[in-house]
Amino acid sequence: MGSIQLKQVQKKFGNVEVIPPLDLEIEDGEFVVFVGPSGCGKSTLLRLIAGLEDTTSGIIEIDGADATDLPPAKRSLAMVFQSYALYPHMTVRKNIAFPMRMAKMDKAEQNKRIEAAAKALNLTDYLDRRPGQLSGGQRQRVAIGRAIVREPAAFLFDEPLSNLDAALRVGMRMEISELHKKLDTTMVYVTHDQVEAMTMADKIVVLQAGVIEQVGSPLDLYRTPCNRFVAGFIGSPKMNFIEGSEAAKHDAHSIGIRPEHIAVSKTEGTWQGTVGIAEHLGSDTFIHIHSVLGCDPMTVRAGGEVTVKHGDAVYLTPDQDQIHKFDAEGLRIS
Amino acid sequence: MARAVSNRTKVFNTAAAGTLGFLMFFPIIWILVLSFKTEENAIRAPLEVLFGSGWTIESFSTVQARSDYFKHFSNSVIISLGSTFLGLLIAVPAAWSMAFVPSRHTKNILMWMLSTKMLPPVGVLVPIYLLFRDFNLLDTQVGLTLVLTLINLPIIIWMLYTYFKEIPGEILEASRMDGAGLREEILYVLTPMAIPGIASTVLLNIILAWNEAFWTINLTAANAAPLTAFITSYSSPEGLFYAKLSAASVMAIAPILIMGWFSQKQLVRGLTFGAVK
Repeated sequence: MGSIQLKQVQKKFGNVEVIPPLDLEIEDGEFVVFVGPSGCGKSTLLRLIAGLEDTTSGIIEIDGADATDLPPAKRSLAMVFQSYALYPHMTVRKNIAFPMRMAKMDKAEQNKRIEAAAKALNLTDYLDRRPGQLSGGQRQRVAIGRAIVREPAAFLFDEPLSNLDAALRVGMRMEISELHKKLDTTMVYVTHDQVEAMTMADKIVVLQAGVIEQVGSPLDLYRTPCNRFVAGFIGSPKMNFIEGSEAAKHDAHSIGIRPEHIAVSKTEGTWQGTVGIAEHLGSDTFIHIHSVLGCDPMTVRAGGEVTVKHGDAVYLTPDQDQIHKFDAEGLRIS
Repeated sequence: MARAVSNRTKVFNTAAAGTLGFLMFFPIIWILVLSFKTEENAIRAPLEVLFGSGWTIESFSTVQARSDYFKHFSNSVIISLGSTFLGLLIAVPAAWSMAFVPSRHTKNILMWMLSTKMLPPVGVLVPIYLLFRDFNLLDTQVGLTLVLTLINLPIIIWMLYTYFKEIPGEILEASRMDGAGLREEILYVLTPMAIPGIASTVLLNIILAWNEAFWTINLTAANAAPLTAFITSYSSPEGLFYAKLSAASVMAIAPILIMGWFSQKQLVRGLTFGAVK
């Protein structure tokens, strides 16, 4: 079991309110991702759940029991840190064993779990090494191993992949997702990378300045973002926003259209523009187009077969069904 | 690529460094040489001292016979170890709290502690002397231990503070998440990681306390006098005491020099590398 409920949880550092009172429900077995720009309070929120920070007010319930004033050790949560936070003076085996040692678990059971975790994480050959002798990816696996063996009610991940290089990150992303499927345990994951959020989450919580902007499944957020912030944050490349007369045609203050929902043609279309930069990725071509309706540059995602170059005149046609409309406050008009 | 250095430069630098090192070490060598000469030979011209006759260990036995070396030695040991131990007892919690639970005033407190070292000791000699007199602490091991603890406390706290500061807070948080209470956190995580730092702090403090001369000479007479006072008793305006003074000096500095030599490795830290990327 591992459901987590936040009720009117608030956090202030001195007079600065980092997280205004907020409610959030995380269900048992869910993979929830907190995503938002840096400084939005997502890590603070995770640390509040972990018990590493005290709440200013509000209640945190874990499995229905009030855990607001419990020390971190008593919450049956395991955490994986951005910096891995391994114990440098202990071998991998001892690192993984540490939480079990603290729980005074039977030695034979400890060894069984260490072996199992090491096998699952490909660490069997490294059990007698120290963290200093491991690569970044291996260290991250040890940190995950240390979290797994406790069989916690929920796992907390604080930007665990941001210290890894791009290729390794994709691999570890899948490993963590697979781990979630296998263990079926609640996971709360903090990241600033919306790709990680989209690919891993059952439920995404988008935060800005400590406020929850929207909660929903990745595709919900992609398809029906509730405001301009979420619309701009979810999706890569970012959504294009157009204000003024073009938006007025749709009875909106501004409209948004995703790069993949615009067709590009050299001969005809709704809008006209000039190619600034074309990024040919092979599978896709990202075209940045200038002088279109005050949205400058407008990004268009075309197929890999499209070949345009700097200075070409092109025509753009948006998919009318995929136009998002927002009012003057930036809220979605449905 | 390493910077290219010509052989000539290397030879020159090595020679220059060697010469400088020799010059700095020369007084110590000379003390060592004189300590093995008779008084009469010790005051001759340098070359005669070096190559002349009159080698003897007589000075050492005279010094031991006249003023009890071992008593001074044990006083030195008790005072320097005692003040280091007491200092650690106070400094570890102090440095711990400042490094891991800093407040707005932490930096000011650190500066204030350091500022006490800027005052010349002689400035507080009279009040301390009077306090010692009234509390019957003059010429006692307890009194000296106390005063040396206080004198070196700012340095111990500063050193430990900087070592503790280097220990990433996330590792301590990880141990809390792993179920460690404060006791386990200090015992299994912090201390093992801080041991190299604590060890070098202890060594430096023992050396400082061993060599401290102002308070040890001014606040002792016979009972609690450590080796610094032992040396001073041989510096006299009259008579021939060069060889004996040298022998006393050698006997006083040898233990600490040997300890320093053997504990060099302890001073090398490196355990925390690789903990946090």
